[in-house]
Amino acid sequence: MLDAITKYLGSNVTPGEAGSMFWATIYILLITAGVSLAVLAMTWLERKILAHMQVRMGPMRVGPHGLLQPFADALKLLTKEDVIPEGADKIVFRLAPVIVMMAAFTVFIVVPFGRTHAATDMNIGILFMLGVSSLGVLGVITGGWASNSHYPLMGSLRSAAQMVSYEVAMGLAIISAVLMTSLGTVGTGTLSMIGIVQAQADQHVWFVFKLFPLGLMAFVIFAIAMIAETNRAPFDLPEAESELVAGFMTEYSGFRWSLFFLAEYTAMLAVSSIAVTLWLGGWLRPFPNFLSGSAWDFAFSLVPGLMFLGLAAACFLGVLRMPKIPQFKVQTIGLAAFGALLAFIGLVLLVPGVRERAQDIFWFTAKVAFFQYCYIWYRATFPRYRFDQLMKVGWKVLLPVSLGVLIVTAIVGVRQELWAAITGVTR
Amino acid sequence: MSDGKFNRPDLLDLDTKEETFLDTTEMVLNMGPQHPSTHGVLRVILKLDGEKVLGTECIIGYLHRGVEKIAENRTYAMFNPYVDRMDYVAAVSNGLGYCEAVEKLLAVEAPPRAQYIRVLMTELCRIASHQVWLGTHALDIGALTPVFYAFRDREEILKIFEKYCGARLTTHAFRIGGCIYETYEGFEQDVKVFCEKFLPKLDEYEELLTTNRIWVGRTKGVGILAAEDCIALGVTGPVLRASGVEWDLRKKQPYEAYSKFQFDIPTGLNGDTYDRYLVRIQEMRQSVRILQQAIEDIPSGPIMAKVPKVIKPALGEVYHSIEAPKGELGYYIVSDGSTQPYRVRVRPPSFVNLQALDKMVHGMLVADVVAVIGTLDIVLGEVDR
Repeated sequence: MLDAITKYLGSNVTPGEAGSMFWATIYILLITAGVSLAVLAMTWLERKILAHMQVRMGPMRVGPHGLLQPFADALKLLTKEDVIPEGADKIVFRLAPVIVMMAAFTVFIVVPFGRTHAATDMNIGILFMLGVSSLGVLGVITGGWASNSHYPLMGSLRSAAQMVSYEVAMGLAIISAVLMTSLGTVGTGTLSMIGIVQAQADQHVWFVFKLFPLGLMAFVIFAIAMIAETNRAPFDLPEAESELVAGFMTEYSGFRWSLFFLAEYTAMLAVSSIAVTLWLGGWLRPFPNFLSGSAWDFAFSLVPGLMFLGLAAACFLGVLRMPKIPQFKVQTIGLAAFGALLAFIGLVLLVPGVRERAQDIFWFTAKVAFFQYCYIWYRATFPRYRFDQLMKVGWKVLLPVSLGVLIVTAIVGVRQELWAAITGVTR
Repeated sequence: MSDGKFNRPDLLDLDTKEETFLDTTEMVLNMGPQHPSTHGVLRVILKLDGEKVLGTECIIGYLHRGVEKIAENRTYAMFNPYVDRMDYVAAVSNGLGYCEAVEKLLAVEAPPRAQYIRVLMTELCRIASHQVWLGTHALDIGALTPVFYAFRDREEILKIFEKYCGARLTTHAFRIGGCIYETYEGFEQDVKVFCEKFLPKLDEYEELLTTNRIWVGRTKGVGILAAEDCIALGVTGPVLRASGVEWDLRKKQPYEAYSKFQFDIPTGLNGDTYDRYLVRIQEMRQSVRILQQAIEDIPSGPIMAKVPKVIKPALGEVYHSIEAPKGELGYYIVSDGSTQPYRVRVRPPSFVNLQALDKMVHGMLVADVVAVIGTLDIVLGEVDR
């Protein structure tokens, strides 16, 4: 056992590549747990951030600053009555949330949280991700149809049209990023998620800045399409609360509903991971060019630990500022315990061996977290698009622009060869 | 799924089905009475071709409390608090309309100071009502934040109401013949501070919406109502003004002290949802203008006219209407010479404006129905009474 651990820690490839079924399973379990936890954290953060943008407090009662609210919500959902409408197609109705969930979670197999921190590295990684994440729409359609009710049906129809049409622009944006992997001085084009990040490391540029502004344009297109793909504001038509009550989820309740909910947030994390991997350098630390050198490397590797310590300090400050009355005793102790946990994680992250390996995960997560913040921000700011306007944006704006970006990227990429072919001069 | 299980399957007798390349079945969608954005208990039956609305039918009465019938069994003064329960978002305006109608019947006039207090309170109420409209309308279109901003600022108005008459929502602020309460100490200061603070807040709302591309896209050209249609349907208030008709009872048939104030009647050009939004926003600015003038020149003196203890109007009838936040609010009162009205008929703006819904959403999408219900600014308590 110990041998296996040391052998694994010494290796420089993902468990999938190394052919270690055992470690791959461990990784999958870890990722599933991590993503579920992240979803719990996100529900809390979303409510808090949204609340603060809307001049209110958000959850404050369950735990210090409502930290335990997600757990309370989960418990509530689990204990709710599980209703299946009378006229519903029972098998499909039960199956739909499972499909959505599985599609959302499966994509995480190939997400590279670090050079070695992925379940496996597929040579068709990005294709796999795109393919599996599109399966989610199947669950949405069947769920809406199986409910045998008008609002879910309309919600699922909207959702189907929306997801399919935005996938086109999304795919084209991804292709132009994949194309960029072949434009460096070293290496060739690759569809592997790890390969794509490696290409950005080798070319010393994140693809969002590559061939400026082409990379940026592709990134923006993807960033818009991914919001539509995950049915979030301002493209949240399938579950438009004010029109369709709850869209395709109207007839669902209890745990089945929470599966849809979980899948939505997981899908948000998944598409953000794609965006981070393709354009924002995946696990690479920021400013590798300006702030290079071993001293800077060392400084940046300290950031994760210090950040956790800072959060812990904030918690302890909160403990000090808690009202000193018996009613707040449990809250104060809870906050202190949470701070202690954060401090412990921070200290572990400062240990030399862990530091180097864990910082990859930290940078990746931090970039994904930025996208999650944007998701919440959009939700607080924008009204909702109408169905026809949504389609117009998808087909008349995003699709032509992404096609144009792809073509221009290709032409710029082969400009020397093209020039040689035109003038007849070979290099 | 479209046929059958309705209790009235032949409800929508529409011949508007268009010839399409693919023959699709029409769907009948029941929206409400429990629905997040029908502003209460409105039930709308939509006949849909995909997302397109072929026709609508409004079913009302889920909040019917028989207010008009109650009036026949109460004395004039006793009925006064009931009117607050009609348009509960703008209770002060309801009370003003009723009190004035009875005053007209009795041929008395409120003293100048009472008139000014009435103007101040109703204009505050107009702002509060428009804030509720703004918040819910934006929420219907998917903008989550304005509703919280609007309610935060509405709170200041409700605080003034509470200090003045002890109630926040159903105020019962006025009495027949004037006001029963003198303004509290610091009232003028409160109103002045509110006016000062509210204008930047209004800019804040506009910042979120007026130039927002999605907002403009969702509201421009949606639910267009031409001026002649408005007049034919009897639509009044901001909806009428947004269609370009300069009709405001505060100017055209001045009541209370309104003839003494300088203010404009904001009008729109296209009569679409965006224009109605702009008109209401401008109206809030005009209300602030009126408030500022009124608080400067408020005269001193009595606040109650000489009204007999037992109100017993002579045989006769009267119709009096005021410009409520939602449109023309009229009271038709018939007196048989006793202490109780023989008949009270209310002309509620929401009820009349709701008639325009079908015309406005014809051929639009489902999402527009929600936007149009929001822009009509209906309160079901007033529609059903």
